[in-house]
Amino acid sequence: MAEIEPIVGRYATFTLGGRAHRVYFEEAGGGIPLVCLHTAGADGRQFRHLMNDADITRHYRVLAFDMPWHGKSLPPAGWQDEEYALTTRGYLDLIMTFIAGLGLQRPVVLGCSIGGKIVLELARLHASEFRALIGLESAAHQAPWYDDTGWLHRADVHGGELCGAMMSGLIAPQSPSEARWDTLWMYMMSGPGVFKGDLFFYRTDGDLRDRVSRIDTSQCPLYLLTGEYDYSTTPADTLSTAQQIKGARVTIMRGIGHFPMSEHPSHFRRYLLPILDEIRTGVP
Amino acid sequence: MVTEAFEALPALVNDDAPLVRRGRDCNTAFLVEAGDSSWLVTVRGGRIEAVERGPFRMRPWSFAVRASAEAWRSFWQPVPAPGFHDIFAMAKAGHARIEGDLTPFMQNLRFIKDVLAAPRGRV
Repeated sequence: MAEIEPIVGRYATFTLGGRAHRVYFEEAGGGIPLVCLHTAGADGRQFRHLMNDADITRHYRVLAFDMPWHGKSLPPAGWQDEEYALTTRGYLDLIMTFIAGLGLQRPVVLGCSIGGKIVLELARLHASEFRALIGLESAAHQAPWYDDTGWLHRADVHGGELCGAMMSGLIAPQSPSEARWDTLWMYMMSGPGVFKGDLFFYRTDGDLRDRVSRIDTSQCPLYLLTGEYDYSTTPADTLSTAQQIKGARVTIMRGIGHFPMSEHPSHFRRYLLPILDEIRTGVP
Repeated sequence: MVTEAFEALPALVNDDAPLVRRGRDCNTAFLVEAGDSSWLVTVRGGRIEAVERGPFRMRPWSFAVRASAEAWRSFWQPVPAPGFHDIFAMAKAGHARIEGDLTPFMQNLRFIKDVLAAPRGRV
């Protein structure tokens, strides 16, 4: 018999911006809900290692949705005549609608990159609704490392090949080959213009520098973890953000880049498990 | 180390069949500067046709990647330090500049990055 993983995938339709969106999500485990937010231009498969980790799923119900336009979630009807762009408000609405739609009570949210950034807004606006928040590769602002996201969606450049090639350098040299190429494959698969559309939030709309100091970590613990090889959201960006947030807990992860959970899962869990234990038991 | 790296480049790339396949549509000549020395790399169908050492007076090239010799040495370490592990990392940190006609560069980005990283840990 084949070895069947504990991950289960399902679909649900949510109303976002007044329109129906059919959203795919996966989950595994039971206990405290742990909602995982994937990076820009990727999908929920980035969390497959967390969902297959019995030390996590023993106490946590790990969930990850593919954002609309990503993975197995379709764009909304009429998408063919639109240019996709993720906004701060739209992203917040998606997360809160998903949580309410599944009836999740005070979940932990763990997000990476754009997901790490939106965690800062969840902390500011909805702290009492979460048990804890974890931002990976998270900052209120980060300087761009290339000028023009237009390269990601042009007729004369293969978008998938380029997205994969651009992301390849954000993975630490120490990360194992299989996990590295898994991570890149998700980028290579993303729909035309989708990664570019996500970056509207990451680079433009989601400048949170004027807001993060209002985060109250006494209502909801906030953990920020950034990989030392990440030159998109750098350790310095995360540390600078944390300086503005009283009580934020920062870890700079050695030998990790921009995709901790998917580029080197066996290494990342050493950083994550103690945090999940602390959240669950309340004992640091 | 820099001279050795550029001299080794044709064999490192041309003997790597998956890399040549990755660059099968790449036909261009690009310039790499390492401090005071410049190198013109000519690619045909994913194979390195020539690596020539400058200085050049009137040689056309599509794009250029410029860094100090020291930065390239860091880039070619077996396990490069953060900031030296990718040409974009070097560019963001101010260690490298990527200039010129970026269309062939972006069209073949993974191949170009792999060509530039080919000497890593081998020279």
